[in-house]
Amino acid sequence: MEILEYGFMQRALLASLMVGLVAPAVGVFLVQRKLSLLGDGLGHVALTGVAVGVLTSTAPVGTALVAAVLGAVVIELVRARGRTSGDVALAVLFYGGIAGGVVLLSLAPRGQATNLESYLFGAITTTSASDVAVFAVITVVVLGAVWLLGQRLYAVSDDEEYARAVGLPVLALNIVLAALVASTVVLSMRVVGLLLISALMIVPSAVAQLLARSFRQALYLACAIGLVVSVSGTTASYYAGTPSGGTIVLLAIALFLVVTTASSLRDATARRRHQRRAEVHAAHPHEHGAGCGHQPVPHGDHVDYDHDGHLHAPHRTGAGTHYDEHGQHAAPAPGRGGRP
Amino acid sequence: MTAAIRLRDASIGYGDVPVVCGVDLTVQPGESVAVLGSNGSGKTTLARGLLGLAAVLGGEVEVLGAPVGRLRERGRIGYVPQRHTVSGAVPATVREVVGVGRLARLGLFRRLRPADRAAVADAVAAVGLSDRMGDPVASLSGGQQRRVLVARALAAQPELLIMDEPTAGVDAASQDALAAVLAGVSASGTTLLVVTHETGPLAGVLTRAVVVDHGRIGYDGPLAGAEVHSDGGHHHPDDSGQPPVKGYRIDQPRVTSDGGR
Repeated sequence: MEILEYGFMQRALLASLMVGLVAPAVGVFLVQRKLSLLGDGLGHVALTGVAVGVLTSTAPVGTALVAAVLGAVVIELVRARGRTSGDVALAVLFYGGIAGGVVLLSLAPRGQATNLESYLFGAITTTSASDVAVFAVITVVVLGAVWLLGQRLYAVSDDEEYARAVGLPVLALNIVLAALVASTVVLSMRVVGLLLISALMIVPSAVAQLLARSFRQALYLACAIGLVVSVSGTTASYYAGTPSGGTIVLLAIALFLVVTTASSLRDATARRRHQRRAEVHAAHPHEHGAGCGHQPVPHGDHVDYDHDGHLHAPHRTGAGTHYDEHGQHAAPAPGRGGRP
Repeated sequence: MTAAIRLRDASIGYGDVPVVCGVDLTVQPGESVAVLGSNGSGKTTLARGLLGLAAVLGGEVEVLGAPVGRLRERGRIGYVPQRHTVSGAVPATVREVVGVGRLARLGLFRRLRPADRAAVADAVAAVGLSDRMGDPVASLSGGQQRRVLVARALAAQPELLIMDEPTAGVDAASQDALAAVLAGVSASGTTLLVVTHETGPLAGVLTRAVVVDHGRIGYDGPLAGAEVHSDGGHHHPDDSGQPPVKGYRIDQPRVTSDGGR
């Protein structure tokens, strides 16, 4: 393939592969915790780190990582103290981070407009071999932490109060998650840019939650989706001559729209089917109950009644009681199923 | 014998504001206690103080023999919060939610082993949901989701189980199922502390009542001794002249709700 003949594209694809895998792996916990914009806030703080790197002529990736992790720790400590709500703390982080970055970059001796744009919106083709090496280390650390602590991170994200009551180290786990997000932000900086990082963390998770039945499934599915849109977006951007970050995010959003539409259609069909089944017995003249003559069949948390070989389940709503169809009864009792 | 719960002149609250003041209470291992009281009486704050979720502002609060802030093995306490649904933004199965309850017993890094998975399966079986282990909790009825929360607490095989309004908003069948589960838990020697404003079918399981009124204990004795007036209030068995406490019920009909799926 032509695209693989160029060293810069090889590095770009490697970087996009790692970002696509890692960003949703931490994003799924943020979605569960209803802190989807944490990545955005830490992205803004990372910009201050980038500016410090530019000013001090050190690698911006390293200074951005330090700034983002420090920002992550600060925001969790602020949240834990409870004197400032999470969204206010995030807002302060947002604006303080980006303002600090812009002001510091303006102090640099040469004009930095181009550099600023590449960090805000990504410049994947400028990824160096040393960047790839740092990204690989971050990828291993983040995925290893998710593998090791994933169950605890889920516990804290799902029900923080319960986790605290039973003695899980909630603050430490929240700081670990925020630090993982900060690391992912820095990893994603070159690929999608600081302003678009959250999208790659959140959108694949949003798609996965529509399709998965379990948290584990959602996690794996989000990573797979992230990987596919990231690599294919990078490839598409090469051929179309478009920015990689925007292309990847638009691809992810397109997938989200397709799955949301399909999911809504599926739910609407299920609702119509349920309604049709309910309408069959809307004028049901017979009230099922003990001794009504129909065989009771335990079904989960309720009892169905065998009626002509199919199962009736009473469904009480504010509008009264109707009977839902709960499928065929494999062995209807002879002589009991035919009463009206 | 070390008391399961021991409060001496305890004040519990939030920030610097006490909600429960000067409370003395001792619960022995294996007891089944109902904490009753009207809304705002302080009964939930009392329970949250035992869990470290509300601040101890004065006096002593000991749980399982240790001051509440210094109890190292907090997995010995099971907790069922007042929460009507379990489901979060991302789907999770019954197995995953109940598995969280087991983590408290495992330290920070240990993952669930076969023995832990067996404990999770036992807890789910105890609440009668074994056939729903792999289902998303969001697909369960409200009463079933409440039983999932009970299973989550049982998965840690707790010595003390604290429940906050476990029957509120739950249909009659689920209340009966919950009472059967708690009868089994109590029979196994677990100490029960149930915060509730209506005992309903749990009256057959709970033997002692502690009535919280305006942040203080107004009655502590046999459940049957906390009598109910027709207006929902109660008076003490000796009718000592104290005003009745309104807002909770004992042995009253249960709330019924949508029993559909």
